[in-house]
Amino acid sequence: MSPKAYRRKLDIRNGRVDLSHGAGGRAMAQLVADLFHEAFDNDWLRRGNDQAAFDVAQGRMVMTTDSYVVSPLFFLGGDIGSLAVHGTINDVAMAGAQPLYLSASFILEEGLALAELKRIADSMGAAARAAGVPIVTGDTKVVERGKADGVFISTTGIGVVPPGLDLSAEKALPGDRVILSGTIGDHGVAVMSKRQNLSFETEIISDSAALHGLVATMVTAGGQGLRVMRDPTRGGLGATLNELAQQSGVGFRIAEEAVPVKPEVTAACELLGLDPLHVANEGKLVAVVAPESAEAVLAAMRAHPLGCAAAIIGEAVADENRFVEMTTGFGGGRIVDWLSGEQLPRIC
Amino acid sequence: MRHAEEYRDGRIARALGARIARAADPAASYRFMEFCGGHTHAIARYGIEDLLPGNVQLIHGPGCPVCVLPVGRIDAAIRLSERPKVTLCTYGDLMRVPGSHGMSLLRAKATGADIRMIYSALDALRIAEAEPNREVVFFAIGFETTTPPTALAIRLAAERKLKNFTVFCNHVLTPSAIQNILESPDLRTLGRVRLDGFIGPAHVSTVIGSEPYAFFAEEFEKPVVIAGFEPLDVMQAILMLIGQVNEGRHEVENQYRRAVRPQGNDRAKADVAEVFELRKSFEWRGLGLVPYSGLRLKNAYAAFDAERHFGIEYLPAPDNPACECGAILRGVKKPTDCKLFGTVCTPETPMGSCMVSAEGACAAHWTYGRFRDREAS
Ligand code: SF4
Repeated sequence: MSPKAYRRKLDIRNGRVDLSHGAGGRAMAQLVADLFHEAFDNDWLRRGNDQAAFDVAQGRMVMTTDSYVVSPLFFLGGDIGSLAVHGTINDVAMAGAQPLYLSASFILEEGLALAELKRIADSMGAAARAAGVPIVTGDTKVVERGKADGVFISTTGIGVVPPGLDLSAEKALPGDRVILSGTIGDHGVAVMSKRQNLSFETEIISDSAALHGLVATMVTAGGQGLRVMRDPTRGGLGATLNELAQQSGVGFRIAEEAVPVKPEVTAACELLGLDPLHVANEGKLVAVVAPESAEAVLAAMRAHPLGCAAAIIGEAVADENRFVEMTTGFGGGRIVDWLSGEQLPRIC
Repeated sequence: MRHAEEYRDGRIARALGARIARAADPAASYRFMEFCGGHTHAIARYGIEDLLPGNVQLIHGPGCPVCVLPVGRIDAAIRLSERPKVTLCTYGDLMRVPGSHGMSLLRAKATGADIRMIYSALDALRIAEAEPNREVVFFAIGFETTTPPTALAIRLAAERKLKNFTVFCNHVLTPSAIQNILESPDLRTLGRVRLDGFIGPAHVSTVIGSEPYAFFAEEFEKPVVIAGFEPLDVMQAILMLIGQVNEGRHEVENQYRRAVRPQGNDRAKADVAEVFELRKSFEWRGLGLVPYSGLRLKNAYAAFDAERHFGIEYLPAPDNPACECGAILRGVKKPTDCKLFGTVCTPETPMGSCMVSAEGACAAHWTYGRFRDREAS
């Protein structure tokens, strides 16, 4: 695609997405070339094909896909673009895999400011470069005003699993330790505090981050002792532990005092009537680890910047009810349940 | 809010638990009702029962605003939301409360009604101002704590001469409900419930003060201890109640001195009195028609009264016959006495109102406490 064919430059400063940007004509080609390719630039995109071709690695590959509809589009610590890169990289990484390539698909609402779209695309490109995982193919569609909310992004990721590793959600065994990589609730509270109808001021920054580097150190330290990893996004730590309990057929016993929560997140949750255990994270993981590997994995995590606050928060137990039970900081016991009903607005 | 941690200290809690165990006469048993849903939630959330001796029992009361709203009122709100041009503004919890025929506000929204979840009465006012061609109705519920903000929204609407803002008022009064429970046949003649005292409301009492409870303490010879919503507040109140029972006293004591004064908040009370007046009676789920227990808008503010503006007729509707919410709200039954608990009825598919709000007895037990059922069985 030669940029010379188009005289007029894309008016990024004042322009807006209109229906022609999705119509398959020159306007669309220009948007793709000047905005997306510019932001994501890599060898695969430069070849200008509708697909990306690459060599296949030996061994097992993983693939995952996710959609991002967060509102507002920009929040402290990130935006929908960086989230779409980090979230999908993390879903690949939770298999213990090294993420290799991403695809990105955009649904744009007519009227979206090109300046905002550029900010989002640049942030995606930066996140992908920082993670070393290029966005190698993509798609763009435009829908009429009111049929979407600014921009929705879908990303797909593929990666390769180191030989001998097979992490899966049904593998937790009684006695296994539960390790959490850091504080919970930061992302959800950062997004919700940005919403206009929840007006309170907090200094809470989303934890949005790509976790594959942390995962790689855990794989080295824990090897076969790693049973399962999952990133507690929507539904928070509570939902993740309940999912793993169901899939592995075990219960979990955790201690509230061991679960790190920033005081300002606790305070904001108090105001919002939320339980930090149910608030989304975008840069945290939960690992279930064989008891003999737990200390080594924990030490490796703490040595990594994204795991410096990692902690063993409890363990898996035999429990036919598959309850997640918690000793409260107060000294009593309680269930940690799934969040019921969708009370939370769009956070990822 | 940072101060909250000091009211949740596990070491102090264990020490208080030990004092409660020493104070409680092993030959006696103590049954206290926590009136408020806020207390019900704190008790379940922090596992307070685990810190109490077996002969001290807590009975959940009717102080959960979502729980006590009868089916007929939900039906009326649903019908209202289905009218052309109406935008119904409601708290999130109310969305899932089942009405008649399997309907709920959530379902009505899915079929096209314009229902918006808000966090305060003022949010509804803002929507009315921003969208002048919608008829914005605020579905107001709650006890004395939530009434002053509703009164404020109505006064602002009057000042700003808004023509498209009304309030569907379902505000209710705590003292009338406590009196109703104390006078109920379950307690007085049938002897189905024994109550030895009340943990009095926290936030409600900041508005109405501690004086209104003096009558119950006196007339029904039941001690009342007003307590904050933090778990240590609740435990402290339990210790104070046990002390009163042991000494044969029945007084109103105030554990929550950091926020509650005897006369309450005069300003808030005056704001409410300016806009609202008592209804002759109001239907409560579980308690039935309770005289002088609900509020409506005064004539001077009739233009903002959704019931008058839309000519809403109140049609009482029966509860799901298997649901025990009514008996639970009166303190006669426990959630686990209901056949539907945890089988058909869960927070995902609530069959009754007590399974909806986190302050409801069924939801609190399901969400936080159901592991104890396994230990009991
Ligand atoms: S479990 Fe459900 S149906 Fe039974 S009393 Fe509670 S809310 Fe009603």
